[in-house]
Amino acid sequence: MDFSLIDAEPILLTLQLAGVTVVILLALGTPIAWWLAQTRSRSRVVVEAVVALPLVLPPTVLGFYLLILFGPHGWVGGPVQALTGSALSFSFAGLVVASTLYSLPFVVQPLHSAFESIGKVPMETAQSLGASRLDAFFSVITPLARRGYLTAVVLGFAHTLGEFGVVLMVGGNIPGKTKVISIEIYDRVEVLEYAQAHILSAGLLIFSFLVLVMVYSINRRLPVQVT
Amino acid sequence: MKNLLTAKFKIDYAGFNLDVDLNLPAKGVTVVFGPSGSGKTTLLRCLSGLERAPSGYLKLVGQVWQDEGIFLPIQERKVGLVFQESRLFPHLNIQENLLYGYQRTLPAERNLHLDEVVQVLDLDALLKRTPEKLSGGERQRVSIGRALLTSPKLLLMDEPLASLDMQLKAEIIPFIKRIEDEFKTPIIYVTHSMNEVLQLVDTMVILKSGKVVNFGPVEKVFSDVRLREAVGDEQLGAVLETSVAEHDEEFGLTRLDFMGQALNVPRQNIPVGQSLRVHIHSKDVSLSTAPPAGATSVLNILKAKVEKVGILDPKGYSVDIELDAGRPILATITRKSLANLNLKPGQPVFAHIKAIKMVHESDNF
Repeated sequence: MDFSLIDAEPILLTLQLAGVTVVILLALGTPIAWWLAQTRSRSRVVVEAVVALPLVLPPTVLGFYLLILFGPHGWVGGPVQALTGSALSFSFAGLVVASTLYSLPFVVQPLHSAFESIGKVPMETAQSLGASRLDAFFSVITPLARRGYLTAVVLGFAHTLGEFGVVLMVGGNIPGKTKVISIEIYDRVEVLEYAQAHILSAGLLIFSFLVLVMVYSINRRLPVQVT
Repeated sequence: MKNLLTAKFKIDYAGFNLDVDLNLPAKGVTVVFGPSGSGKTTLLRCLSGLERAPSGYLKLVGQVWQDEGIFLPIQERKVGLVFQESRLFPHLNIQENLLYGYQRTLPAERNLHLDEVVQVLDLDALLKRTPEKLSGGERQRVSIGRALLTSPKLLLMDEPLASLDMQLKAEIIPFIKRIEDEFKTPIIYVTHSMNEVLQLVDTMVILKSGKVVNFGPVEKVFSDVRLREAVGDEQLGAVLETSVAEHDEEFGLTRLDFMGQALNVPRQNIPVGQSLRVHIHSKDVSLSTAPPAGATSVLNILKAKVEKVGILDPKGYSVDIELDAGRPILATITRKSLANLNLKPGQPVFAHIKAIKMVHESDNF
């Protein structure tokens, strides 16, 4: 295979998008997952359903609504354009927001189940020892939830790598700005450049496989300890 | 009284009520005793701030922790909590566990430091290990040490020995006693097993169905005829403070002095002059109105007065009699005997004590 045929730009852009998205997802997903694990509120089921929507919705549906929202006349895109001078649609920032929503369940759900399995006791114990809730969260809950975090990071990253529909709808196909690997593969196939499509596809396949093997093997070595 | 813990809580849940109003000394060991479901743990959670009773008042040595519109959050209360399970943090080693609360205590408020706690609880060899490598008894000692290192104003223990076997219990009890002796931290200790704490207890609170049956100094509460309904036959009896008067090597006995009267027990390896706590089960005490006419094999006969005759259950055969022998003692006799002896409050009697249980640190429970 001739790797010089491959344009590095979509690969770098994809990694950048997935990286930024995962960071935002952790910041956003942690409080949502914590709230879901703690609350007895009835609105909990609604929030759970909203978070899980991207799992069942065709990506094009999500992409379609986001496109409308993010456009220069949309509820979100309008104010953003007024503030920054450019709309969210067909931009990298728009892609990040869309990817965040799209991959949200892949981060929230592992964290949610991690927090739930930890239970109330460690938090109560830490508080009884003088820790504030925030302090207790970072010094006790986070380390105890490390498996959940590892799974969340890997799944969030890998899922963002693989998205297609949402990215195509919201980002268009602008080289260097919104053209990611999955779209590049589609383009190559369209023009019958199967060799390049192969390299990218196999790369993505092997990468995803290795990442999952890594997650499962690390999970094995970090047993949940109960004392 | 200055050293005082005042606690009033009222909880009205479906199927569970708690309604307590307590004034307790904020020193020594207070044992909250009652059958399961009596509200012991809920009371403890209310004291710690883990649970907020809808209506409550809590004051410790002049500081209000809960009142209408006031609720001091648990992390500001400075209470040490020890539960049945040790609740150590699995991701930290023993030293880090011990220091978790210490590091979160203002330096000016630290009365206890790692070295002394490690020494008293004998934790030196464990410091670098992880909780999973420890035995149940070791974990519980670490858990107690971790709570102590926050320099708590109050140490709350919820059945801390319940999951340990006899031997480990006997191993931990002396440590709890030492905490009380050396660090002067008041302890509130919840349990359903009286034997476990006989040697520790100073003040008792008896709970039943969310209500306080009785509370006060152990000698007073333990001889209360109302104790039966809360503790049952098995554990009903008096707890007496005695001192070792002399050893009788010839007959292998030790004579204990109790309020000017003598009690003979098997030879104890305790120096003369030292105090010894004994437990006399009410069913091991029988009564007579006159001194034994002939010889008797009962060694221990105390002069006493009838203080109170317990509730007569027309269907039952026995009745509890509270005696005054300088300190209260309980006797359980048959209703028939009561009728025969025609006992009345104030009447002098002789209490024949058939068995005395010594409360030792090394006791197996």
